[in-house]
Amino acid sequence: MFKFLNLTLSGVSNGMIYAAVALALVMIWRATRIVNFAQGAMLMFTTFIAWDLAQQHGVNYWVCLVVAMLSGFVIGGAAERFLVRPVETGPPLNAVIVTLGLFIFLQGLAGMIWGNAQAHSYPPGFSILGYQVGKRTLLFAPNDLYIVISVVILVVLLYLLFNRTPVGLRMRAAAFNPEVARLLGVRVGRLLTVGWALAAAVGALAGILAAGTQPGYVAPSGLFDALLVYGFTAAVIGGLDSPLGAVIGGLILGVALSLADNYIDNNIEGMYAFIILIAVLMVRPNGLFARQHARRV
Amino acid sequence: MSDAKTPGPDAPETPAGALIAPKTATSSDRFGALSRSTLLRHTLFALVGFGLLLLLIRLLSDYRNTQLAPIALTTCAAAGLTLLVGLSGQISLGNGAFMFVGAYTTALLLEHWHSAHGNLQLIAVFAAAIVVSSLFGGIVGVAGARLRGPYLAGATLALAIGLPQIVNYQHLSDKLGGNNGVVVIAPNPPAGWDIYRWRSVLCCAAAVIVLWFLANVAHSRIGRSLRAVRDDEISASLAGLSVPRLQVLAFVISAGCAGLAGGLLAVVSLVAGPGAFPLALSLGLLAAVVFGGLGSLAGAVYGSIVVTLLPQWSQDVSSALNIHSDKITNNIPLVVYGVVLAVAMLAVPNGVQGALLRLRGLALSRLRR
Repeated sequence: MFKFLNLTLSGVSNGMIYAAVALALVMIWRATRIVNFAQGAMLMFTTFIAWDLAQQHGVNYWVCLVVAMLSGFVIGGAAERFLVRPVETGPPLNAVIVTLGLFIFLQGLAGMIWGNAQAHSYPPGFSILGYQVGKRTLLFAPNDLYIVISVVILVVLLYLLFNRTPVGLRMRAAAFNPEVARLLGVRVGRLLTVGWALAAAVGALAGILAAGTQPGYVAPSGLFDALLVYGFTAAVIGGLDSPLGAVIGGLILGVALSLADNYIDNNIEGMYAFIILIAVLMVRPNGLFARQHARRV
Repeated sequence: MSDAKTPGPDAPETPAGALIAPKTATSSDRFGALSRSTLLRHTLFALVGFGLLLLLIRLLSDYRNTQLAPIALTTCAAAGLTLLVGLSGQISLGNGAFMFVGAYTTALLLEHWHSAHGNLQLIAVFAAAIVVSSLFGGIVGVAGARLRGPYLAGATLALAIGLPQIVNYQHLSDKLGGNNGVVVIAPNPPAGWDIYRWRSVLCCAAAVIVLWFLANVAHSRIGRSLRAVRDDEISASLAGLSVPRLQVLAFVISAGCAGLAGGLLAVVSLVAGPGAFPLALSLGLLAAVVFGGLGSLAGAVYGSIVVTLLPQWSQDVSSALNIHSDKITNNIPLVVYGVVLAVAMLAVPNGVQGALLRLRGLALSRLRR
């Protein structure tokens, strides 16, 4: 029973990281109807920037976090403005291929700058020694609490941004109906750029949080690819359109993977993710929280 | 070259998404029986194409043949994927998983089935690989028929990541060889063929057969039905087509082609291991299909050539540049690949085949004026 509790707790903290990646994907999906396959590479790149500052130049953790999110903001905005915008009107698969191109390009670029030879470790924000309950140690440390709290704050901030501010209203309008929004004076193009930039900043946060959970996380390929896949899985479970769904999808995935890893076999985590995804989609083909759309012939 | 795509001369505006152009009266008058029977025409094209390929294989050096074989086997998988994505309109980011199934079927059969018949046995093994991966594709297709767009993309992506991991599952790892994979014991080539040429022959023969088969499927009733489903599911079902059945069928065919490609990959590389089926493989197949021109078999050939050779070319270029930094030299192929993919989508949105058709249309209208 104690083991079950421990596994669930550790699943929650992992799930929150998947949820943050899922949020980044959902924000871009809502704004431009594109799945950003470059998200994994983008957050890899921003984490490398932060790692470079922290390890090579001894910069403070929080400054690194801010720098990573800012560089994510810039990369995301630039990606939308210069790569995605020109293909937005073309066939939908072209945008997918462009994000794939960016994904491969960033991996190569990171390898050029920092080398593929070894994976680096990133310091966690807080202690990773688990809390003590009586004589037993929980698989839940101050760092996990920090992860959970930062993602919760992130969700609240995003909710306030989209639902309580004029910019958020315009962003929703631009995503909901670009033509009408444009007629009403909303600068749709600029808001889509901002949407991508914000999403990439969220992704950058997820990258920093994830990198602190395991030694040897920071490398041009590998673990960050898994982060993209799990984030996407979480987003699809939640329904792609719903930020709340992304968080719940992340939690479901995180807890389920943690339990299956320990009770069955920890070598086939990707297989569990696939099975969970299919199980959810067989019951609800558009995810848990998607609105059903009426279709006209 | 080995593709059987022959759009009528009166249809310069054919979109890249269409596998066939409308047949016109002039073309059928000119070629008589050949244009009346699609099957005959495709067979002739396939035979001529295969003859030319055999000639090419004889002329090429061993090294060039080691490049030709991967192009040909990638063509098998890409052509199958273009039928799925371009014709039936279902996206798959996971066709590498079907290649995985085909490769392991081939490797395990060759390991456990000892036969004196060498290359005949190999053909039977490939047939088995196609059957097993098609069955697997059918199962995935049944699940996939309920899913649309990004949901299908997500499910197939998770499959591409998840499936190769089963080699490490505790109850299977000794049979599937874990991360090291299964060593493939390929039969010796027939007398008079060296090993590299023989592998090229196998792969090219498979590619020609796959293209011939898919060209016929695309021109058949099934192909028309698939296009109808792609363009409007509701109208197609009102017209009496069984939408889910057709969608599953597209997955079965696509998985069979990918399974054959996987079997060939196992025989060419002499090992079936999980490292040969990374996410990049599945995504590379999709890139080949879109880059070449979605839905076009000729496009699948162009795309396969580009995604197979591009990393090698850029590797050659980067070693020629003589940069004394491994970090940079090793990553030039990735950077070039990424840039080419993104730029190609901006420059030729309908792929190579779309651009070629456009050029031809322009040329024809200029001639007629």
